[in-house]
Amino acid sequence: MAVTIEDVKYIANLSHLKFDEKELESFTHQFNEILTFFEKLNELNTDNVVPLSHPVENVNVFREDVLVSSVEREEALKNSPDRNDNYFKVPKVINK
Amino acid sequence: MNSLYEAVIGLEVHAQLLTETKIFCGCSTNFGNPPNTNVCLVCLGHPGALPVLNQKVVEFAVKMGLATDCTINRNSIFARKNYFYPDLPKGYQISQFEKPICEFGKLVVVKNDGSMKEIQIKRIHMEEDAGKSIHDQEETTLIDINRCGTPLLEIVSEPDMNSAEEAYLYLSKLRQIITYLGICDGNMEEGSFRCDANVSVRLKGESQLGTKAEIKNMNSFRNVEKAIEFEIKRQIEILEDGGKIIQQTLLWNAEQNIALPMRSKEEAHDYRYFPDPDLMPVEVDEIWKSEIEKKIPELPDTRCKRFIEQFNLPNYDAGILTSSKELADYFEKVTEVTTDYKSASNWIMTEVLKVLSEGKIGISQFIISPVNLGNLIVLINNKTISIKIAKEVFLEMLKSNQEPDTIIKDKNLLQISDTTEIETIIDKVITANPKDVQEFLSGKEKVIGFFVGQVMKESKGKANPQIVNELLKKKLSQQK
Repeated sequence: MAVTIEDVKYIANLSHLKFDEKELESFTHQFNEILTFFEKLNELNTDNVVPLSHPVENVNVFREDVLVSSVEREEALKNSPDRNDNYFKVPKVINK
Repeated sequence: MNSLYEAVIGLEVHAQLLTETKIFCGCSTNFGNPPNTNVCLVCLGHPGALPVLNQKVVEFAVKMGLATDCTINRNSIFARKNYFYPDLPKGYQISQFEKPICEFGKLVVVKNDGSMKEIQIKRIHMEEDAGKSIHDQEETTLIDINRCGTPLLEIVSEPDMNSAEEAYLYLSKLRQIITYLGICDGNMEEGSFRCDANVSVRLKGESQLGTKAEIKNMNSFRNVEKAIEFEIKRQIEILEDGGKIIQQTLLWNAEQNIALPMRSKEEAHDYRYFPDPDLMPVEVDEIWKSEIEKKIPELPDTRCKRFIEQFNLPNYDAGILTSSKELADYFEKVTEVTTDYKSASNWIMTEVLKVLSEGKIGISQFIISPVNLGNLIVLINNKTISIKIAKEVFLEMLKSNQEPDTIIKDKNLLQISDTTEIETIIDKVITANPKDVQEFLSGKEKVIGFFVGQVMKESKGKANPQIVNELLKKKLSQQK
């Protein structure tokens, strides 16, 4: 399965990243290298192997439904690039 | 609807769960707190903060699954649904994709023509809600993370519904079950119970599904019905004109009664689901499942059947009384005071529900206690007061929240059953209306109604109407 430059552009777009032509070519090459490396796994017969969703064999790690105090609003907002007293501010989302 | 066509509808319902805390952290789920105060490193999506699953969310999901005849999957896992939107700080929503907790359920609705329809539930899964975006600013959007991480159940139906009516009934039934279970408040207007509809149409007999449109933003039951009707009509009109349906998302506009294509900067959907490595799989074994099953209260259909049998009520009454758990509880408390079940049902279905709908309140905010309503019915049945007076007492109870006994005593409303007293009034009425007496004597027996009315008026409604009737007939005949 070869990765094309279009695939890389598509993934970059989904990730909200922008690259120039040179970078796109370089990533296409790297993506293909990674996939080729993983192709190695196809040499194994996995017909009777159950898909693994987690490497640790542990289930049901829960917490009780009990309140834990939240962080102060000031603390929550302080690393934000843009904010007002109460809210995070982001560029306008909906075109009105 | 054009009878050549058939609509195919599937619903996706999101129900906010009534837990104290969020699904993956200990922040409060309380609605209406100041913005960005119910937040912590987990729900703010800070790097390295790890989610830990709220056990109660699993219990609630299993309850809903059992109540809708689902298979409860012994093993289920969480997945990341990846997309960028500012109210989702992590850049992915934790949801379930492969191996949801519940699958293959069903419920049955009774249509207005009396026929039954079974609707399959494809899956029920657990996920987190997103935050809230406030779009009313000029240059920016404001973000409140409070709601982010509120536990949701997503309940996905099969595309089994063929009309807006069926969709409405299915949604009502889901809401009834989920509120009986006490795991969601079912409030569509406040957004704690939300519904998206996938609608397509096809020629009858066609086996392939048509292209669907997804309708969002229907924030009441009536809007769901109206929006689906609108969309079915729109699609049929396009097809009839030889056009093609475009797959798109529409937003329902309740003011204009119209569904318009959604306009937003959200990218094309490619969610790239994969198992979330931060969360361990959930295992619901038989022991846990049966423990949860024991906590399930009597469900609406069962309770409705029991009301018909135990209280000898018509289907219609039982259906209305069990429409909500609170109303059914209220009725049952009234029956602890009076065994006149049909009267209890009548009072609730007419007088009580009228007060509730006029005041737009629920039975939990209704001022008259079930014990007092029961006592009022007892007082009618033992002839202390007439039904007419009882309605007056009822209105007074609404105002003062006093016991019916006290009101009757204070307002001197005791029914007059003393024959001497009633006879005095009758004599007075007979003397005052000689012409009507003559009419009666000449065979116009209907005039008796006039006399009963006059006597009741004279007694300010307090005379026992049965005694008045008997005595009047006797006295009038004596006038010959």
